[in-house]
Amino acid sequence: MTQLALVIDLNVCVGCHACVTSCKEWQTSGWAGPLTDVRPYDKDPSGTFFNRVQTFEVGEFPNTETVHFPKSCLHCEEPPCVPVCPTGASYKREEDGIVLVDYDKCIGCKYCSWACPYGARELDEKQKVMKKCTLCVDRIYDESLPESERKPACVLACPTSARLFGDVHDPDSEVSVAIRENGGYQLMPEWGTRPANHYLPRRKTRIQIFEDELVRADNPLRKEAPLPAAEGDTLDDVAF
Amino acid sequence: MHPAFSVIFLTTLIGVGQGLFLALVTGQVYSLANLLQPQDSVRFYAQGSLLALLFLVAGLVASVFHLGRPERAWRAAARWRTSWLSREVIVLPLFMALVALYGGLHWLGWTEPWFQVKGVIPVDATLVVGVLGALAAFALFGCTAMIYASLKFIEEWHSPFTLVNFTLFGIASGFMLAAAFSAWSGTDLVAFYGTWAVIFTLAAGVGRLLSLRRNARLQHKSDLQSAIGVRHNRIEQKAQGFMGGAFNTREFFHGRPAAVVKGVRLFFLVAVFVLPPLLLGASHWLASPWLPMAAFVMQYLGLVAERWYFFAEARHPQNLYYQSMA
Repeated sequence: MTQLALVIDLNVCVGCHACVTSCKEWQTSGWAGPLTDVRPYDKDPSGTFFNRVQTFEVGEFPNTETVHFPKSCLHCEEPPCVPVCPTGASYKREEDGIVLVDYDKCIGCKYCSWACPYGARELDEKQKVMKKCTLCVDRIYDESLPESERKPACVLACPTSARLFGDVHDPDSEVSVAIRENGGYQLMPEWGTRPANHYLPRRKTRIQIFEDELVRADNPLRKEAPLPAAEGDTLDDVAF
Repeated sequence: MHPAFSVIFLTTLIGVGQGLFLALVTGQVYSLANLLQPQDSVRFYAQGSLLALLFLVAGLVASVFHLGRPERAWRAAARWRTSWLSREVIVLPLFMALVALYGGLHWLGWTEPWFQVKGVIPVDATLVVGVLGALAAFALFGCTAMIYASLKFIEEWHSPFTLVNFTLFGIASGFMLAAAFSAWSGTDLVAFYGTWAVIFTLAAGVGRLLSLRRNARLQHKSDLQSAIGVRHNRIEQKAQGFMGGAFNTREFFHGRPAAVVKGVRLFFLVAVFVLPPLLLGASHWLASPWLPMAAFVMQYLGLVAERWYFFAEARHPQNLYYQSMA
C-alpha cells in the first residue's frame, strides 16, 4: 500500500508563500480548470487556494518565536470527508492514498467541508464545486516531465526545502526517515483521522558545556597561579 | 457555523410536514379506537395531507438553494451506505410519495376495510399507508438529525439531543399546525391536537434546555496546541494567509455579535415554548379560530430562530486556524 504525503519542516519554513503561489499557478493553469478568484484587484478580494501559510507567535515577549505554518489537505488515512459525500464525488484513491474530488460529480452541498476538522476544503465561488489539494496528481505521474520534476509544485518551489514528498508507508523513504528521526507529528490526533501529512517540529541545536569544562584544571594554557596550600594530610600521606 | 437559510427552512418546513402527517395518522388511529369522532375523509384527511405535502415541497425547494450545482442533485442518492445526507435524499421523496398516496386514497374515498383485526378494528388502505408513512416520517427525522449528529468534531451537534430535538420540534410544530388546521376547517379537533401540541412543545422545551446546558458546559477536545502541534500555553495567530475573506472565514463563522446570538436564543425560547401554549390556552377560553393559527405562526418563527441558533452555537475546530487577521 502506498500513501503519498507531504512532510513539512516547521524548523525550516520561512513563511515566504512560494508554495502558495506556485500551487495556485500550477492548479489554475492545469487541466482541472482555474482556481477562480473573485474581486482579485478590488476591495475584499477572495479566491480558491489549496494551500495557505499562516503565522503564529509562540510565547510572550521577549521569549517569543515565530512559527510559519503551511496548511493544506492532509490526505488522511481515515478521511472523515469521504463517507459523508452523498454522491461519491469525494474519494480516496486506493493506489496512492490521495484524497480527491470529482468535480463532475460534486453537487456543491458543502457537507464534506463541514466534516473536515482542518478546514482543508474550499468551495469554488464560480464553479460551485468543492476543491482541495490534489498533491498535483496531474504532475507526479506525468512521464513527459523529467523524473526530478515529478513532484508537487509546492515541493519544487520551496526555497528552503521545507517540504518533502514521498510514500509514508515505505519505511525507507525520505519522508518516513524524516518523520521517524526528526519527531514528525500529525495535526489534531484526537479525532482519529490519521493524517498522512506530517509536520516536523521546531528544533534547537544546543551543546551542553559545564563550567568545569571551560576552566579545566589541567589546561596547559591556564594562567599560572600559586598552587593551593596543602591543608592537612594528602592522599600520599594516608596511603603509605 | 454560518447559518444558511436554505437549510434552516429545509429542516423546519419538512419537520412541520412530518409532524402534521403524524398528527393526521394519530387522529385516524384514535377514531379507529372510538376515542375520537371519525372525520370526513376529503375535507379533513385529504386536505390535511395536501397541506403537509405543501410544507414538504417548500422544504425541498429551499434545499435546492443550498446546492452549488442543483442540476446534479439526482446523484445525491448514490452513497446511502455511508452518508446520512444521501439517506435523507432517498427517504424524503419516499415519504412525500406516501403522504400523497395517503391523501389521494382519502380523497378518492377508498376507505372500504380490507379486513378486520379481531373483528373490531377495520383495516383499510389508508391505515396501512398511514402507518408506513408514519414510519417513514420517523426515519426522515432520524436522517435529518444524523446529518448533524454524526459529525463527531462539531461537538455541539454530536449528541443524542440533536436527534431528540429535531424529532420533538417537528412533531410539536406539526401538531400545532394540526390544531390550527382544525380551527380553520371548523373541525372539532382543536382541543385534541392542541393538547398534544402543548405536551410535545413542553417535551421539546425540556430537551432543548438540557442540550443548551450541555453545550454551555462543553469542553472542546481540540485547541490551538493540537491544531498546529506546538506545546505552549500562549500562542497567538499573527496571519491567516490572506487579508481578504475566504471560504473558511465565511462558511464556519456566523459573524454576528454575541448580543445578537443571545437575543436570538431568548426569542426562540419565548416564541417556541412559552407563547404558543399560552395562545392555545387562550383560544380554548375565547373559542377563537385565529388564536391556534397565531400560535402555529409564532412557533414556526421561533423554530426558524432556533435552527439559526443551532448553527450559530456550533464551533467548528477549523476556526482555530482563523482567529485573527492582523
